[in-house]
Amino acid sequence: MDPALIRELKSLLGPANVLSHKEDLLLYEFDGSVEKARPEVVVFPHTTDAVSRIVKLAAKYQVPVVGRGAGTGLSGGALARGGGVMIVFARMNRILEVDVENRRAVVQPGVVNLDITRAVEHAGLYFAPDPSSQKSCTIGGNVAENSGGPHTLAYGLTTNHIAALELVLPDGEIVRVGSRHGDAPGYDLCGLFVGSEGTLALVTEITVKLSRKAEAVKTLLAIFDAVGDASRTVVEMTAGGITPAACEMLDGWTLRAVEDYIHAGFPRDSEAVLLIEVEGLREAAESQAAAIAEICKVNRAREVRTARDDRERDLLWKGRRNAFGALGRLAPSNYVLDGVIPRSKLPEALEQIHAIGKKYGFQIGNIFHAGDGNLHPIVLYDPRDTEQFERAIAAALEIIRMCVSLGGALTGEHGVGMEKNELMPLLFSDADFDLMRRIHDAFNPDSSLNPGKIFPLSKGCGEIRVRKTGQAAWVRP
Amino acid sequence: MSSVADLCTRLEKLVGGDRVRAAESSLRDFAIGGRTPMAVLQPRSAEEVAEIVDFASAEKLAVVACGSRSKLELGMPPQRYDIALDMTDLRQIAHYDPGDLTVSADAGMPLNNLEKALAAKNQFLPLAVPVSAASTVGGAIASGIDSTLRQQYGTARDFLIGAEFVDGTGKQCKSGGRVVKNVTGYDLHKLLIGSLGTLGVITRLNFRTFPLPELRCSHLAGFPTLETALNFHASLLKPGLPFSNLELFDPEFGALLEAFLNKAGGSAAESLVAGEWHVFASFEGSAGVIERIQSELRKRSDQARTSRGETLDAQSSEQMSGALREAFDWLRSTAPSVALLRIVLAQVGPGDIMELQQIAKKSSQRSAFILRACNVAYLALLADNEDAQTNAALERVVSELFSRVQAKKGSATLLHAPLWLKDRINAWGAKRGDFPMVQRVKQAFDPHNIFAPGRFVGGV
Repeated sequence: MDPALIRELKSLLGPANVLSHKEDLLLYEFDGSVEKARPEVVVFPHTTDAVSRIVKLAAKYQVPVVGRGAGTGLSGGALARGGGVMIVFARMNRILEVDVENRRAVVQPGVVNLDITRAVEHAGLYFAPDPSSQKSCTIGGNVAENSGGPHTLAYGLTTNHIAALELVLPDGEIVRVGSRHGDAPGYDLCGLFVGSEGTLALVTEITVKLSRKAEAVKTLLAIFDAVGDASRTVVEMTAGGITPAACEMLDGWTLRAVEDYIHAGFPRDSEAVLLIEVEGLREAAESQAAAIAEICKVNRAREVRTARDDRERDLLWKGRRNAFGALGRLAPSNYVLDGVIPRSKLPEALEQIHAIGKKYGFQIGNIFHAGDGNLHPIVLYDPRDTEQFERAIAAALEIIRMCVSLGGALTGEHGVGMEKNELMPLLFSDADFDLMRRIHDAFNPDSSLNPGKIFPLSKGCGEIRVRKTGQAAWVRP
Repeated sequence: MSSVADLCTRLEKLVGGDRVRAAESSLRDFAIGGRTPMAVLQPRSAEEVAEIVDFASAEKLAVVACGSRSKLELGMPPQRYDIALDMTDLRQIAHYDPGDLTVSADAGMPLNNLEKALAAKNQFLPLAVPVSAASTVGGAIASGIDSTLRQQYGTARDFLIGAEFVDGTGKQCKSGGRVVKNVTGYDLHKLLIGSLGTLGVITRLNFRTFPLPELRCSHLAGFPTLETALNFHASLLKPGLPFSNLELFDPEFGALLEAFLNKAGGSAAESLVAGEWHVFASFEGSAGVIERIQSELRKRSDQARTSRGETLDAQSSEQMSGALREAFDWLRSTAPSVALLRIVLAQVGPGDIMELQQIAKKSSQRSAFILRACNVAYLALLADNEDAQTNAALERVVSELFSRVQAKKGSATLLHAPLWLKDRINAWGAKRGDFPMVQRVKQAFDPHNIFAPGRFVGGV
């Protein structure tokens, strides 16, 4: 990287907001995924204007730019695949405005997801999208990846809770899309940018929609002696028209690991538990909970417990949210997959995952959003063992292919990033890629923003290559 | 440009003679704002749509995809209009997985038919759009018209999970999928909602469906003043009670609604009180939930000094919900000359509504106002004659409403207006700051500008 760029960045932001030593950059070559890519310089802007200036400088030196929040992403979305400048939004972390009356908050991208809820809960409001990493992940990252969470089942992904965005385009232009108050005339640009994985623009300000806390919440723990019984319960619940606020499944192997670590109260001798939450008016929550308990019993649940108070409820959720941490105790690393299947195919999918694990010699755990068919198989492996790592990747690939063959999709909430970009042709045709690429090029014509994500780089459909520092643009055949 | 006869011959070669109509009466049926196409084509499949668009793209012919044609007047008339695509032969359910609560329907399928198929499995699509007797699934999405279930179920962007369409290069494309949770690739299908056919020809749409509620019920309350009605409205909204629809309307709207209901027959009109403001609330759920909401309504009704508040019986409830769903349609014909504005209000206080009404009064004609879900209001200016003086007043008032709403950080569009008015005032209002981005999206989808050119925002 040209030292002149680093000098200019330091003069723009101050030396304390620029990292360029190799040892400082190491931390930024990882995120929550199995991918790795190191930026050449990391910067911490405090304002939208600074972001715009950084982007202009990067363009002047022909260096790619990638945005990053807390780095908790699970698909390599916030990794600098093309090297260049990484803009970390950690210091743009102010809640600019809370409008209780209209249920809106205006926040900077570096605000931690849960902090939005903390800032508005006094008024009985909260921010609905709740990724498991909500205590650390940032709203900017949530917007980029269109993050989900357990309660997506009833309330939708991040995109359903965003009203407007301020963006910085790759040429440094600052633009606004969406409308704070309602649907503005024009295309749903907000809907396009949310989930575009930082490949179209950098998000510098977000107007979020706030939700009202439900009057009543009931949290149930259904305990099963067979995984098949638990998955059939989910299928019957969905088909019966019951949509809980959340419906999570942990298989026996996973729940034992979690229980040993968190002591959430999951019975160690069971083979699956469902953590089900219903919300709404008292009357609705009660009748739904009763109907769910009935379906669980019909499907041979050993026991259905109801959390008696907030403490018990929090403990159950703690077990769910910290599950990946618990599994971290069992192996040096774990690969959390993210695939989606039609919900009715759940029993079949879990059987196939088990078989794939056996084939590749892994015990694959399952802890996932069962209610919307969003699977998270977890493969434990040792990254120092190259052969094992490759086997883990092969198993993962087979699982994702299985999801697609069942009528599902590549990712339900983690994003494509650089984890699954090569798998995109499983779902999309050349024509689909052509259009997506025209959209990409309409906003990011030189691929200077977050190169090497979403689109496959390999030969075949939609060939494009990663732009690295110094290259003028994507190299295309 | 080819001559009409020559064009028709070539189109016949493309899709077969029985699929091309060029008789004047057929063309008139597909007119938009007085403009008629040169030919009407009725494709049988998405592949045929792609062939036609490919041809049109090569020949730079303007194409407008049509369903039931009930909302073709939305937006501006197209600047060019060569081929009308009659999509009504693409009318099948492609996939329906009741167990997954997902459905894929062809764009030309009548919404009614889809509703019936879903109801047979005790499910529904919360797309309660006007002209329900005719609307197609594709038209309901492309028009972006308001659904009266928005309060509870959101807009189409909340339950449209995927789409198939033909882009401006004649290629069949898709976005999203058939699963309820999916972040694979750009959400292009969201862009199609309300795009009035300017981005692509929608051939199939995938939705998340919802279980039919056990019971549906509604409540109508009359108030002597706007303030009391608005207080009641706010008292229902604030605690987050789950209403599927919540609307507030002025005495003039009430009178028009009464006339519409009387014409349709039934007793729902009897619940309206002449000269009063009304709040209509509908809700659904189990018997327990219905009872609870009714008790909340009674409590708040008493506090709000209603002059009359009642739970409607099942038949009246259905009639009233239906009439409100259809408001866009019947408001258009309530006077010889009607300008119907859709206004998104930044604030909904009595002052904000009064101000709109006061401006409307300057036209010296009648006006009808309804506040719908999520700060969306419809304001209809009703002119009883079309003389130069009335027209001039109407134009002044519409123009003032546009600028006032914009100044207050809201937005306005003209849903319906006489053609002469649309010639003078753009239906979309002033261009917004994001207009260059709108143009980029249009260019990417439709590089040759063949889809309904000029119908959309800013002449796109």
